[in-house]
Amino acid sequence: MTRYIVQRLLLLPALMLVYSFVIFVIIQAPPGDFLTSYVATLASSGSSISPEQIQALRHEYGLDQPFFVQYLLWLQNILSGNLGLSLEYQRPNADLIGEQLALTMALALMSFVITWAIAIPAGIYSATHQRSVIDHILTVINYIGVATPNFMLALILMWLAFAYFDVSLTGLFSPDYADAPWSLARVSDLLKHLWLPALVLAIAGTARLTRIMRANLLDELNKPYVTTARAKGMAEWRVVLRYPVRLAFNPLVSTIGWYLPALFSGSLIVATVMNLPNIGPLLLRSLINQDMYLAGGILLIYSFLTIVGTLLSDILLAALDPRIKMES
Amino acid sequence: MAGTQTSAAAVGAGVEDRIAVASNWTLVWWRFRRHHLAMFSAAVLIFLYLIVICPDFFSVQDPERTDARQAFIPVQSLHLFDDGGLAPWVPAIAGKRNTVTLRMEWTKDPQRRVPVRFFARGFEYRLLGLFPASIHILAPVDPAQRIFLLGSDRLGRDQWSRIMYATRTSMTVGLVAVTLSVILGVVLGGISGYVGGKTDQVIQRLIELLQSVATIPIWLALSAALPRDWTPIQVFFAITVILSLVGWTTLGREVRGRFLALREEDFVLAARLAGCSRMRIILRHMVPTFLSHIIATSSLAIPVMIINETSLSFLGLGIRPPAISWGVLLQEAQNIQTLALAPWLLIPGGLVIVAVLAFNLVGDGLRDASDPYSH
Repeated sequence: MTRYIVQRLLLLPALMLVYSFVIFVIIQAPPGDFLTSYVATLASSGSSISPEQIQALRHEYGLDQPFFVQYLLWLQNILSGNLGLSLEYQRPNADLIGEQLALTMALALMSFVITWAIAIPAGIYSATHQRSVIDHILTVINYIGVATPNFMLALILMWLAFAYFDVSLTGLFSPDYADAPWSLARVSDLLKHLWLPALVLAIAGTARLTRIMRANLLDELNKPYVTTARAKGMAEWRVVLRYPVRLAFNPLVSTIGWYLPALFSGSLIVATVMNLPNIGPLLLRSLINQDMYLAGGILLIYSFLTIVGTLLSDILLAALDPRIKMES
Repeated sequence: MAGTQTSAAAVGAGVEDRIAVASNWTLVWWRFRRHHLAMFSAAVLIFLYLIVICPDFFSVQDPERTDARQAFIPVQSLHLFDDGGLAPWVPAIAGKRNTVTLRMEWTKDPQRRVPVRFFARGFEYRLLGLFPASIHILAPVDPAQRIFLLGSDRLGRDQWSRIMYATRTSMTVGLVAVTLSVILGVVLGGISGYVGGKTDQVIQRLIELLQSVATIPIWLALSAALPRDWTPIQVFFAITVILSLVGWTTLGREVRGRFLALREEDFVLAARLAGCSRMRIILRHMVPTFLSHIIATSSLAIPVMIINETSLSFLGLGIRPPAISWGVLLQEAQNIQTLALAPWLLIPGGLVIVAVLAFNLVGDGLRDASDPYSH
């Protein structure tokens, strides 16, 4: 087990290296470089910059170097913790990302909790009351939940709230707290705003998880050990919760690691629609404005989270089910 | 009594015989047919693909026709009967500018009716891109009149007609992207499973690498990297390729697993001893045994592609105007103030849900039917 974990951990930097290269290729792909858009930004705001200054800047940022040298420079900067300067915001990228990373994580974690809190009981109920009215209703809700793109759901909720209750559901803070320093009051204000986007984000995952839980549990409920437990006179709810539920759980727990990164990625669209302070909208803006090093930094963080997530789920799976061979 | 029993037994035997001689595909079809919801969804999909084939026929107006004076006209519902006879009409709309908000406010004019006819002549188009035609499923009797069955957008374009064209784009993106994924998945998964060894290792590592990619952010970055001066057709194909880049991995894994299991089967050995070439063994003997499974998996992958395309286009990084897709239409609904004013702009989203739901139900039905020997 330890050997397996160490092996995987050793592989992590190698993977990150591959991704960093792929990401660099992608962010370099659009025509022009970061100074072309900088000059365009300056021109649109009315000021100008002399060709000599551009040349000097190009040299300073290493933009006159060949592609691989630029990549190595970028990599070197990242390794020393320098993600570069955002062109649009004129601030270090690390600061920009750092500010919103915590809120991004909070959103993902909250919708994760909501998903499990709803899906597991719903799945258990559906499986133990197969073909009951509620089971059918849950199935219908699940199908619709999977079929609705989450930005649609966000749009519909925001529109209903705006049109019928005159409430604006955008942002994560009330105006009073938007720029206030952290305090207990601010945290409670955050929680008041966080649950709705978290719920929107959780719906599709909840639907999927409920279906998996239901199917897994149905498989287990037909096994002889359940009959044995019943025959021994155990209370029905104890029979179910004690044995089959635990077994039905295993495959789900092992996917936690995949689920969290998927939430980070998924929150990108919902956060854009609902105007949340999240690294998703930041990425989108940076891609549209060709703020390349900011985009590169955010993409690296997404990749890192995804790899760590995959690693976690593999380890969890191996720990939960010793029958899985680690070496193969 | 005894007679009925024998006849029942005879019927039973007849069914047994039919099952015994039925081909694999017949069995799959019999089982799929029992799934009523899946059958209904299949009908919905066939209808949607009819629209894909000739959106021009189903649209009422030219989807690009703008008129700033006819912006945000609400849904005009279609009425079939007038004075007891079949004479379809839509209520006329009268606009009045609100003196406070300076906004046009549209009201139904109960006195006036705009008569419409089914299969009437409208704008010119080319059926299937080949034959000039002008017949539309519905058109106003007076060609100068414009009708808005699903309302109009901020430029006064007819949403009904735009949805028809958007259906063509979005449904095609899903299909093409999944076809690409299936080809990649079957070829690479097949090679990986059949050849094994070093090749298998390389392909497996590639799949792992692609599967641990943060999909949506990378998709966004790739789409943003597409040159701005590409034509809508080029963008369309680039987007489908981007979508299928990740999509093939799951299928590749499954195909590989099947190949590994089948490689040792007796019928494969028999084929090899009979002197079949490697390609023939794969295509004639191995693939048919899990083809139904591949079809089921792909029909479950199409809705994912559709949702992804819609999301990308909605964010402005997918299909770009003047091309029309469901996501492009939903971009009009991005602003909440606009949405409060014109809620019908959300209708394309309803269509996304219907299409995805139908694909999921058909896919589930196919998956259950794909192994007709299981119980």
